[in-house]
Amino acid sequence: MAEINRKALKSAAETRKLVESSLRSRYARERRFQAYGIAAVVASVAFVGFFFVTIIAQGHTAFFQTYVKLDIDFDPVVIDPEGGREPQALSSANYQKLVKTSLEKLFPDVSGRSDKRTLNSMVSTGAIYELRDMVLADASLIGKTRSLWFPADDELDMYFKGRVDVDVDETSRRFNDKQVLWAESLREQGRIEKRFNTIFFTSGDSRDPELSGIWAAAKGSFFMLLVTIVIAFPMGVAAAIYLEEFAPKNRWVDLIEVNINNLAAVPSIIFGLLGLAVFINFFSLPRSAPLVGGLVLALMTMPTVIIASRSAIKAVPPSIRKAALGLGASQVQTVTHHVLPLALPGMLTGAILGLARALGETAPLLMIGMVAFIVDIPQTPLDPSSALPVQIYLWADSPERAFVERTSAAIIVLLAFLLLMNAAAVWLRSRFERRW
Amino acid sequence: MSADGSELGELRRTVGQPTVADPIFTVRDCNVHYGDTHAIKDVSLDIGRGEVISLIGPSGCGKSTFLRCLNRMNDTIDIARVTGDIRLDGEDIYARKVDPVLLRARVGMVFQKPNPFPKSIYENVAYGPRIHGLARSRAELDDIVYSSLDRAGLYGEVKDRMEEPGTALSGGQQQRLCIARTISVNPEVILMDEPCSALDPIATAKIEDLMEELRENFSIAIVTHSMQQAARVSQRTAYFHLGYLVEVGETNKVFTKPLHRLTEDYVTGRIG
Repeated sequence: MAEINRKALKSAAETRKLVESSLRSRYARERRFQAYGIAAVVASVAFVGFFFVTIIAQGHTAFFQTYVKLDIDFDPVVIDPEGGREPQALSSANYQKLVKTSLEKLFPDVSGRSDKRTLNSMVSTGAIYELRDMVLADASLIGKTRSLWFPADDELDMYFKGRVDVDVDETSRRFNDKQVLWAESLREQGRIEKRFNTIFFTSGDSRDPELSGIWAAAKGSFFMLLVTIVIAFPMGVAAAIYLEEFAPKNRWVDLIEVNINNLAAVPSIIFGLLGLAVFINFFSLPRSAPLVGGLVLALMTMPTVIIASRSAIKAVPPSIRKAALGLGASQVQTVTHHVLPLALPGMLTGAILGLARALGETAPLLMIGMVAFIVDIPQTPLDPSSALPVQIYLWADSPERAFVERTSAAIIVLLAFLLLMNAAAVWLRSRFERRW
Repeated sequence: MSADGSELGELRRTVGQPTVADPIFTVRDCNVHYGDTHAIKDVSLDIGRGEVISLIGPSGCGKSTFLRCLNRMNDTIDIARVTGDIRLDGEDIYARKVDPVLLRARVGMVFQKPNPFPKSIYENVAYGPRIHGLARSRAELDDIVYSSLDRAGLYGEVKDRMEEPGTALSGGQQQRLCIARTISVNPEVILMDEPCSALDPIATAKIEDLMEELRENFSIAIVTHSMQQAARVSQRTAYFHLGYLVEVGETNKVFTKPLHRLTEDYVTGRIG
């Protein structure tokens, strides 16, 4: 044993001097530490802010769409030369011609095939289908003239949204000087209007940016999340309750626990491969269906739900269990009457955060064929469909300038959903949280 | 204290009066193991009908463990193993055919920390009768709830706030709510595990008065760290030490003329 040095304990005055001299460096260290923290927070807020500003700056224009007013002459010679008003004939008539004629009347001095084609392409091809539907719905239109608003072609739309730089050399832009002249002339005649882009929120994908929308993808995502929550939440909660409250504590249960934690860390694309092998190849479920996507995402989300539910159950004070058991409640009664209601907010929070992650998941969906060009709005979870993040991925890959803003707009919509879900999680927690 | 071998040897034989003429609980040669720890060693003790018996002893002496044997709460601890012969009214409570759920309805328990359910005051007391199906109608349930609260001396304080959460009451009120909850299922025995250790002296006094009244209808076993409390509320006292039941006898005898040296050391404040 070492020699005890009684002088090691200093006098009060000496101690005070030593403490005082160390104070300066201690406070300096504290300030430095705070500065690191503030820097970290500022950096992350700056990144998030930059991200939001960019996305919103890029995407907000997609919520509006340029419309062009055309005077359409429903010429019976073009629509129904035979005069029979047969639906067959009406639906296969050359409506393109009506648009062409209308535009030619507006710009009579345009000649040459190439120029005419360019002129015609200023109005969306969707106009043709719109006209056909109008005639099919009301044949009495034939022979009359109507002023109608049609969505502008994406290039014209981009021009009016200021996304065409006219200072660039004409050959290196898609919107040439003639088109600029025509566009300005249309504007002067009051034939141009910007409207809220309902197409974007009501239609599926399209090759024409002005006709494309996110509704098909959103509905696909909705069906998927529905399947996911219906499967992942009850199964995850049941597994968590069993593991926490009923399972014996032995090696097998430990092994299961480790595996659940590992499963939560498995890359999502692996779940996609699993879904392909099991649900599509083995169970022969349809490809590209939200049902399969939902099943895959449920597998992916379940470990998260189990882990969140277990910690929610663990957070219920044991005194509550003892009180119920001591009163003669059976174990199942104890769990369903007391533990579960108290753990539910935590479980729901975990499930919603898991779902939010599933909503943003793309990789596993690529594996099961949900990366498809889907025009029709899916009506059931078995219809081919895509999902919001997949739609973003597809649009981001498209060359048209107009898809850039739509990509950002779709991201805004996806983010809005995610924020909504996270807000719901926070609300649920504060709403049902109990103190004891 | 030097626990020399001869003294430990002495511990094996309980001195005093472990048996009574009219027991509700008879415990013979009870042993409890938690894994490798031998927590209760060869304890034999009777609990008389309509008596309050206090279990005292230093921390870790096994008195709470012993209490938990009586309503099989040790079953909920995975590593606990209970052996011996424990009979409630002559019936072996560890027999295969005995359902712990029924047993716990007959043997109620009040815990150290007040643990009301995070529900309304009414629901706290109504829960037990409800799960056991003791009330056929809402009116009958109301009667059970109100009379339980009344017997626990809480009715006057809470009669206008039945729908308020039980957790909003003061500590002493919460503990009396827990007692009301326990007596609502009309148990034969009430086990109390240091019921006043988290309460102030006034709340403690109320609960001690309450125990005196409850003795008319229930047998009570109470674990306590307060020797004054044991002296005030109980007719018999059992002193536990290192898992052994050292001495048991009439309370005033145990406190004034203890037979065993360890008991004397404890009640005079030399150890513990």
